[in-house]
Formats: sequence, C-alpha cells, structure tokens
Amino acid sequence: MTLREIAELLDAEVLVGEDKLDMEIERVCVTDLMSEALVFSQPGALLLTGLTNPQTVRTAEVAELRAVCFVRGRRPPDETIELAREKGIPLLCTPVLMYDSCGLLYNRDLQGCSPER
Amino acid sequence: MVKRTRLMRSQELIYEMRVAEVMTKDVVTVTPKTSMSKFGDILRSKRISGTPVVSGGFLVGIISIEDFINWLEKGSKKARVKQCMTEKVITVFDDEPLAQVISKLEHYRYGRLPVIDRDSKKLVGLVTNGDIIEGLLHKVERVHNEEEIRRHQASNIFDDIIVDQTTLIYEYRVIGKDFKQAGAGTSRLRKTLSRLEIHPQVLRRAAIVAYEAEMNIVIYTDGGDLFAKVEPGMITIVARDKGPGIENIELALTPGYSTAEDWVRQLGFGAGMGLCNIKKVSDEMFLDSSVDDGTRLEARIAI
Repeated sequence: MTLREIAELLDAEVLVGEDKLDMEIERVCVTDLMSEALVFSQPGALLLTGLTNPQTVRTAEVAELRAVCFVRGRRPPDETIELAREKGIPLLCTPVLMYDSCGLLYNRDLQGCSPER
Repeated sequence: MVKRTRLMRSQELIYEMRVAEVMTKDVVTVTPKTSMSKFGDILRSKRISGTPVVSGGFLVGIISIEDFINWLEKGSKKARVKQCMTEKVITVFDDEPLAQVISKLEHYRYGRLPVIDRDSKKLVGLVTNGDIIEGLLHKVERVHNEEEIRRHQASNIFDDIIVDQTTLIYEYRVIGKDFKQAGAGTSRLRKTLSRLEIHPQVLRRAAIVAYEAEMNIVIYTDGGDLFAKVEPGMITIVARDKGPGIENIELALTPGYSTAEDWVRQLGFGAGMGLCNIKKVSDEMFLDSSVDDGTRLEARIAI
C-alpha cells in the first residue's frame, strides 16, 4: 500500500513529504513508547503514534522507519516538522483515533512488526 | 552484469553530459572576406576538411573541402569565402545534451557541428563524433575511478593500513537535559558508520544502542560523550558521563524499572526499557557506575 493510499484511508493531512507519497508501506508499528519503537519495529515500517515531539523523528531515523503518522488529530510542534524535513521522513496527521487507525490499516492487509510465524 | 551496468551508465551519460564538456574550443575559422586561395592554404597547413565562417564572433556560414574543390573547378580566381560558403548552417547550443548532438549528426550526416553559446549567440566551439566518443570515454573512466576509490575506501579501510591492528574511533558530545538536540549525536554517528558499508542490520543495532545510550545521558545527566570504536569484526559503542551515577545497577537493569521524571515519560522515554534494549540488540554489554564518578556503558556488536 502506498503512503498516499494510507493518507487517503485515514483522511490524514500530509505535513512533510508530499513528494514521497508513492513510497510503498508494508508494515506498521504502533506505540507511544520510543524505546518500544526501537526494538519492536522492523525497518521500513510506518510508525503510528500519539507522541509528537522531535524524538519520534529521531526514532524513525535510527530504526529506519519509513514514515510517521500522528493519530487523534495531534499536530506536532515546529521542531518536529523541521527535523522531519531535514531527515526526509514524511509526516502525516490523522484525526482518526489509534484503535480505529490500526483497524482500518489492518483491514487493508498491512502487516504489523511481529516476527514471522 | 557489470558490462550491462556500464552500458546503461554511458547511455545515461549522453543525456547528462553537455556539448560544452566535449567540444573542441580551439577552432580554426575564416571570415567571409578570406580569399579562397588563402582558405586552401589553411586546409592544407592545418590538415582539416572545413571551417566555420565567422564575422565579429558570430557564425555566418560554413565552408568545406568540397566547396573548395567546386571553386577550383569553376570559381573565379579572386573569389572569397563569402561566395563559396554554405550560409544555412545546422548548429547546436553549448548546453544541449550529447544525445541531441548525436541525433543531429546522424540525421544530417555531417561530420561536425558548430557550437553556439545560447546567450551571446557567438561561436564557441566545434563538435565531432570523435569529440563525443573521447569525452564519453574520459567521463566513464573518471566515474569508474571514483567508484573504485569509494568502494576501496569503504570496504578495504583496514586492509590497506600496514599495521597489526587498526581501530577507528568516532566521538560525539552529548548535552544533558537538551531534549531537542537529543539524538543528534546518534544521527551523525549512524551516517558516519553507514559510509563504512557496514551490514544494514549491524548498523541498525549500533544506532539503537547509541540512541538509547544518548537518551540516558540526556535524561539523567548534565552531559557526556558517545564513542563508537570500529575495528575488524567489532563495533563498540561507549557512552560516558560524569554523574550522578546509578545507585543500584541490578535494579536499573530490571525491565520496566525507571527513575525517570514525569516530563521524560511524557516524551515517550523513561519506561525502563533503555538498558534492556541495549542489552538485547548488542552481543555484550558492560555497565560500570558509581555515584561519585558517573557511568560508563559499553556495548559490543560483532560485525
């Protein structure tokens, strides 16, 4: 699924990365704990989180997550947006709540980051 | 496989490279007023088969050995270049891609094309098939050499140094309590390590170790240093600070245990996972701490 399709599905605003919406997303990692995102994610995943501080972008960079989507309509501060621009990591912002966001994406066959069984 | 990529690279090059890069700049020219007999002398002495005709820097025509032969057959003795030259000249601009020139040369079956500066409209050079081939060969060679050097630097960084053991050490300062800058050291470290062509999985693990260690320095101390030691077979990340130190190391290593203040937890850290994460993604971890001297954490990852 492309980031564009995800943005449409979640009715999300694209804050950073208009030019990168064609990138393919295969997995999603959902957490509000960055330490969790670091070790329980897989490279290339989309990070779905309610946290908006710049560390979400740092975490995405370190864990090689492809993009970040903020849920429940939380808009990130300017520092976060600036850092994302600098690192070339797309940021989305959806009004949809966490559980519903996950459900919508899961319904479209997007995988999580659990190890393959 | 290698051959195919080279070919595709040269195909790219004819679109990337501009006429100005390959053209001959030192062009022999004549003016419209040059006498035909003088033109003949020029052809002979310079061993060329034609020249552009230029007036005041502008191209006004082109004249070739064929025009010269025609003139020898039926021209008047006093004729000048103006009467014998071809006025309608096919030209190229100096900023056109080579692909354009190649198709023009092919289409008109000419051996050479005058090159015009797009702004001043003046003649700046001459381009032939030979120039294009020579230019491409030079470029391919240069690109190839650069690639070789890069590959060499990256993969054989240790092989070339004649010594029993080489170690690279990268050092980054970490400012305490500065949450906005937190992670900047790791970011730079990661970029540097990626240039060494370390396996992506090793790189990711090293970055996670560095990031958690850096966050600990930011959250709990007034600052410290982050080191990455790279040697054959091993990356070691060392995080060092001057305090306050960990009171009970065993407790600190318990998953979920944290002494982080609320502001830290609100930012998505301080869940008692940092040290556990470091232990999890590294092959070996050592933690030394005393309340007076601060903390030293070392994590090793086999390459």
